[in-house]
Amino acid sequence: MSTTDIGNFNSLAAGRQAAAEHEVPAPSAATDGPAWSNMKAPDARSQQSAAVVITNGRRALKVFLSNPNALFGTAFLCFVIIVALIAPILYPDDPLSMVGRPFLWPGQNSAFPLGTDSLGRDVLAGILHGSRISLFVGLMATALGLTFGVLVGSTAGYFGGWIDDVLVRLIEIFQTLPSFVLLVVLVAIAQPSATTVTLAIAIISWPTVARLTRAEFRAIREKDYVVAARSLGYGHARIIFREILPNALPPIIVTSSVMVATAILMESALSFMGLGDPNVVSWGSMIGTGRELVRTAWYLTALPGLAIVFTVLALNLIGDGLNDALNPRFSQDR
Amino acid sequence: MAALLQVDNLTIRFPRAEPVRNLSFEINQGETLAIVGESGSGKSLTALALMQLLPRAAQIPNGRIAFGEQDLTKLNARGMRQLRGRDIAMIFQEPMTSLNPVMTIGRQIAEVLKVHEKLSSKAARERAIELLKLVRIPAPEKRVDDYPHQLSGGMRQRVMIAIAVACKPKLLIADEPTTALDVTIQAQVLDLLDTLRRELQMAVVLITHDLGVVAQWADKVVVMYAGRKVEQALPDDLFNDPLHPYTRGLLAASPRLKHDFHYRDGALTEIPGSIVSAVGETGCPFRPRCNQARASCGHHVPQLIVPAADRLVACPFTTSSKAVPHAAALSH
Repeated sequence: MSTTDIGNFNSLAAGRQAAAEHEVPAPSAATDGPAWSNMKAPDARSQQSAAVVITNGRRALKVFLSNPNALFGTAFLCFVIIVALIAPILYPDDPLSMVGRPFLWPGQNSAFPLGTDSLGRDVLAGILHGSRISLFVGLMATALGLTFGVLVGSTAGYFGGWIDDVLVRLIEIFQTLPSFVLLVVLVAIAQPSATTVTLAIAIISWPTVARLTRAEFRAIREKDYVVAARSLGYGHARIIFREILPNALPPIIVTSSVMVATAILMESALSFMGLGDPNVVSWGSMIGTGRELVRTAWYLTALPGLAIVFTVLALNLIGDGLNDALNPRFSQDR
Repeated sequence: MAALLQVDNLTIRFPRAEPVRNLSFEINQGETLAIVGESGSGKSLTALALMQLLPRAAQIPNGRIAFGEQDLTKLNARGMRQLRGRDIAMIFQEPMTSLNPVMTIGRQIAEVLKVHEKLSSKAARERAIELLKLVRIPAPEKRVDDYPHQLSGGMRQRVMIAIAVACKPKLLIADEPTTALDVTIQAQVLDLLDTLRRELQMAVVLITHDLGVVAQWADKVVVMYAGRKVEQALPDDLFNDPLHPYTRGLLAASPRLKHDFHYRDGALTEIPGSIVSAVGETGCPFRPRCNQARASCGHHVPQLIVPAADRLVACPFTTSSKAVPHAAALSH
């Protein structure tokens, strides 16, 4: 090969030196704006973002509110929450007390719009008061399970190595036990009460969150922006909570809404088997007591069942809506 | 003036390979050092070693990375964290994936200022807008609240640069900063880097395989092959008079930048074989692909010799058109 072919490289190199000597004034001349005229040209993106000057929190809310399913879910959940809050005002008496003739069908007596059960207890009062225990158990158990699961999962996924090994073994111990059997055992050992049921549900539900969080963290910690964050000298906590966790959130949020639903179902199942708190009425215990009469008085199981179905459905719809709204990569396409 | 960064005999070892061997170079304040080489030559690992961000399996069995008074290979994790982002910053190859997708660019710039300069949120946001202006993002007051997916690749790389220079680092490592960008954007980004280098008096380690970039923006060039430095020169000398057969091959394999060049004017030559042939080679790693290889090349790894002032080459048989007598060169 000859060296003449690369003369042009050389001229470039020489040109660079020349440029450095008398600092071509061309770019600095346009001090009032960007040095490249093409950068000023409005493009579709900049116009779009100029039109949408609302903050991103509000944009997420907008996306969420424009989703009819999510709206329905939120509305129904709000309704349930309000009902739970005003239940003691509407029915100040104990919903477990006998107030009327047994086996009144819904609509038969205007004093008991949803009828009475085999002992003459008001079904409507039971459903209203039952929403309190269902929501309390569902939300608290999820909050506890989520906190613990995310902490364990993120620690295991982020650090890897022996920390990961130890924590994964811990998760596997819980996974090898059939979760509902474990739940029954836990509640049977402790005195059944709203608190112990909540704790027991949290104990059996955290491994799912931990596994999910760990998998997300393992995938995300290799991403370029996490390496970039390390290259900026960020500490472990900052990388875990500011860089990785927000990116791992969408599946965790969806899971958590389903977890609330599952916790409500589990509480119902425990009450159905008579392992719930005997001193409070819950949707599950109402179904449990109505179970033997399902052929003659099916409304005793169907009505609290519908309450469970709609509450769980509302929570699932909210989870989907949140996922779409909170993830900017998805919301952009809408 | 003492060098800002001095790398001596750096070796990076993995359990089954040594991708970087006995690499030495130094860089002064305000200088641009280009590291050139094909894929697999150890350029990016060198960059990661400078940041002490090597993969877990990698070790640095010997060598020194002196940054000012400190040896980075001996610095503990905490000390290194304080240097990263404040004194040494890095720009990555892929602007599309190097920004956190769920955080606004303004918050990502502000974050580094909060960590290293302990600025308040409000002050950090103002500085972020200034920095976006510095890297020539139009309408920075609006863009500061954008998410990365709302920006083009070139703009994202500008944001990456803004984050990297936010704390006015002394050393900026740019690992193929323009490889993922359109050709038209490449020159803009490199011009920006060069302007910032002058304004902030940074030293820049520019890792690239684009010889056009080297010719235009580097002050000093290190050519790497299979983890070793095979040639070091000023860009003028390198392009005028490449000494190592590998450098010559690289230059012959690059498209000419002449405006009237057409592929019919002459085919690009290639370097036969691939870098994989260097694995297990006892002598010169380039021997299997070298058109001037001799029997003695297989005996031992060629030492770096000094053929002229400010030059180093790892080939004993190279002949320069402006060769200085060997003895004189060695006494340099």
